[in-house]
Amino acid sequence: MSDNMNVTKTDQASNIPQTGQTQNTPRQALAPAVDIAESESGITVFADMPGVSKERLTIKVEGDNLMIEGQAQIDVPENIELLHSEVRSPYFRRSFTLSRDLDPAKIEATLRNGVLQMHIPKSEEARPKRIEVKVA
Amino acid sequence: MFSTFPAAGSLFPELTRLQQQLEEFFQPAGVAGIRSLAWGAFPAVNVGSTTDSVEVIAFAPGIDPNEIEITVDRGLLSLSGERRSDPQGQQGANTYAQERFTGKFRRVISLPEDADPAKVEAKFRDGVLHVTVAKRESSKPRQISVS
Repeated sequence: MSDNMNVTKTDQASNIPQTGQTQNTPRQALAPAVDIAESESGITVFADMPGVSKERLTIKVEGDNLMIEGQAQIDVPENIELLHSEVRSPYFRRSFTLSRDLDPAKIEATLRNGVLQMHIPKSEEARPKRIEVKVA
Repeated sequence: MFSTFPAAGSLFPELTRLQQQLEEFFQPAGVAGIRSLAWGAFPAVNVGSTTDSVEVIAFAPGIDPNEIEITVDRGLLSLSGERRSDPQGQQGANTYAQERFTGKFRRVISLPEDADPAKVEAKFRDGVLHVTVAKRESSKPRQISVS
């Protein structure tokens, strides 16, 4: 695929994430791939964020907006020359809109091997209830 | 010199991949596609080179490092393994999004001629596999002093 290679090589942006980049430059962020599933207790979100450590991960809730953001840190030698790149940015960011029946105060999050798992529980009122029928 | 091939080499994924690469190329800077990571083969791979080594970085989140098989055979570096779906995700009655890769994967990267297949190191951290292949001593740049 020599054509492909031309395309990737002309992109001169620093593609392999490097340490010590400035924090405040405008960044191109990747949207991490997610799995989202709903059960009776709440919504579970899995997000692929390879290279992101716990310290570099931010989960923010503002109103009904849930945002996950992380920076991958990959230690590579300084004089590296990039030959091929599929991941073009070390930044991950994605937002979700929460519905009112979810309780953002009780989000639980774990990060393992670059996968973020979040559980957003439903508020008590919103959980499905079984209504007992009393026999008169 | 370098090329990487997607796992199951059928024509349509390959065309899609090419199309997406072209789209990405013409995309104005600062605008990221919503599924920038979702295209192409798993794991996504970046390859870089220094004077001493070839660095292969595979973005393989959610994989047990003990289950990744790394082999070097005749200048081809091959990464294979399986990513199982998360059991908790399966329990959910309703699935709204399933963008993450599951199943077996295999990626093959052709190493440059001067790579030394006897000196390969692999590290895994936070879902990133970092393989360093040393270059042969004879191919490293040397300075020759004039006596």
